[in-house]
Amino acid sequence: MNDLLPLIADKYNYWIYIVLMMLGLYAMIGKNNLVKKIIGMNIFQTSIILFYVSIAYKKGGTLPIIMGDAHGGGHAAVHAADYINPLPHCLMLTAIVVSVATLGVALALAIKIYRQYGTLEEDDINHQIRMQAGQ
Amino acid sequence: MTQHFPALLIIIPLLSALLVSAMGWIDRRWCFPLAVASLAGALAVSIGLAAHVMAAGPIVYKMAGWRPPIGIVYVIDYLNAPVLVVILAVALLNLISAKVWIEKDFEDKMGAYLGLYLLFLSGMVGIVATGDAFNLYVLLEIGSLTGYALIGLGKERAPLSSLNYLFMGTIGASFYLLGIGYIYIATGTLNMADIALLVPQLEGSGTLFLALIICMAGLFVKMALFPLHGWLPNAYSNAPSASAGLIAPLTTKVMIYAMVRVGLTVFTPAFTFARPLLSEAIVWLAIAAIVSGSLLALMQRRLSRMFTYIIVAEVGYMVGGFWLGNKAGVTGATLHIINDAAMTLTLFMAVSAIIWKLGSDKFEDLQGLFGKMPFTMIGFVIAALAVIGIPPTCGFFSKWYLITGGINAGQWGFVAALLFSSLVNAVLFFRIFEIAFFEPFAEGHGHHDHGPVFNEAPVTMVAPLLIAALSLIALGLYTGDIVTKLIQLALPAGIA
Repeated sequence: MNDLLPLIADKYNYWIYIVLMMLGLYAMIGKNNLVKKIIGMNIFQTSIILFYVSIAYKKGGTLPIIMGDAHGGGHAAVHAADYINPLPHCLMLTAIVVSVATLGVALALAIKIYRQYGTLEEDDINHQIRMQAGQ
Repeated sequence: MTQHFPALLIIIPLLSALLVSAMGWIDRRWCFPLAVASLAGALAVSIGLAAHVMAAGPIVYKMAGWRPPIGIVYVIDYLNAPVLVVILAVALLNLISAKVWIEKDFEDKMGAYLGLYLLFLSGMVGIVATGDAFNLYVLLEIGSLTGYALIGLGKERAPLSSLNYLFMGTIGASFYLLGIGYIYIATGTLNMADIALLVPQLEGSGTLFLALIICMAGLFVKMALFPLHGWLPNAYSNAPSASAGLIAPLTTKVMIYAMVRVGLTVFTPAFTFARPLLSEAIVWLAIAAIVSGSLLALMQRRLSRMFTYIIVAEVGYMVGGFWLGNKAGVTGATLHIINDAAMTLTLFMAVSAIIWKLGSDKFEDLQGLFGKMPFTMIGFVIAALAVIGIPPTCGFFSKWYLITGGINAGQWGFVAALLFSSLVNAVLFFRIFEIAFFEPFAEGHGHHDHGPVFNEAPVTMVAPLLIAALSLIALGLYTGDIVTKLIQLALPAGIA
């Protein structure tokens, strides 16, 4: 226990993303309602976005905006260690767009499924499909 | 002009996707010719690139002039030049063959459908051409999202199958993204060539090993490696015929290409194959995929469903061949990407023509098909022989390399699985030949007067089918050139 606590406290950002990821995965596998599954998928994707955002952080780092002096010129040297890493954040802008698009396509499919079967419960849909196949 | 070809490869399908969708609102008759023209243009560009690579070596194209590793580069080398040509040729042939289907199923949505079709291709081509690990993820999602839409446009169970595919696909792509995150933590770069330079210094790095496992797990979901294949049969067999013929040959093969690319040029063979236990475990997964895919294919009573399980088995061929980690195995896996794309295309075009004429692809409806649709069946027979692996069709040669790889590695389970699968494929296809050739005569009891009537599919379907079938033989005859002039030059020095 004494070893475990510091391990969790030091790397808590990783633990948060893993817990969120497993929550999302559980919803995708365990839930019966298609919209709940879609929400689970979104939590799953968001956990990875948070992972990326957290790995960019540096202790004591600030926003990666290089301030010029009054005459418009930059400082002579930029110390990368003073700034948090902007690259993972930029990557996640793309990943957020991707996850929004995925959500959109998933919801559109869910609407199509609802129009077809009159329900979003997976059990009911499978039941209907089996009834059709039986006829 | 040639110097900008790698950019044109992506830009032509991307811009024409916009143009075609817009044309859908103005004048629908122009959509189809525009789509064909843009694909033909992109195919010409890819052939030009392949010729250039063979003559003058790999091309590194800096997008917008930014130098690597800061900027994104597109790399055309010996590994992806032939794959690019095959992807675009498959898409063009399938588009022509699916003309009648698209006009029937998507008459009022012509612009949107063809726009998706082209967008899907820009994703696939981009995955193959890019030299940036994160860029690959973005293009992967472009290809996947359009793929879900192309499948979900179908009737009956298609939207449900597509949503299930979307769930699995998103898990796969997210795992790949997570793996890239760990690569970035370990190396601080996303450029593939740059990562490969840094990997040797990180020989024992646990982070990088985790990155390898997570990336591969994500790609395995995407390529439907057994036991992660659950989404594939429903998604492909319920898709509209026009989409099935595009997605079935391309998606799994492009994902396998991504696996080869990540394994060989990102992690380098020395790192990827450094742990015998991991390689061994994946090869056994591939063996399970081959055996179970073949057995499940035997249980199907519909052509298109049978083909989807054959795809599951073929994925096992390529994954197993690659993870043998020796020269013959990797060569066989890479060669099989090209051959299997062509074989699957021919099979799906044949089944699309059969459904067009018969309205069904159930085995019992196939009686007398050789008499009704002789040209379609010629294509079908050649594709079947290729899948079984009979020379001089291309399927024989890639299987030959895979089996040689298995023997060299002493992996007898893989060799046995390949032979078993060939045997099962022979049973599968000869069962269909029997139904389609002999059955009406056996049942006729003297009523020979109304035998099968000649009722062939339209020429826009049969011509691409026969071209694809002939290409199976051509690929087989030119295997030697493809291997020595392209694939063997693509393999890094680390592979014995």
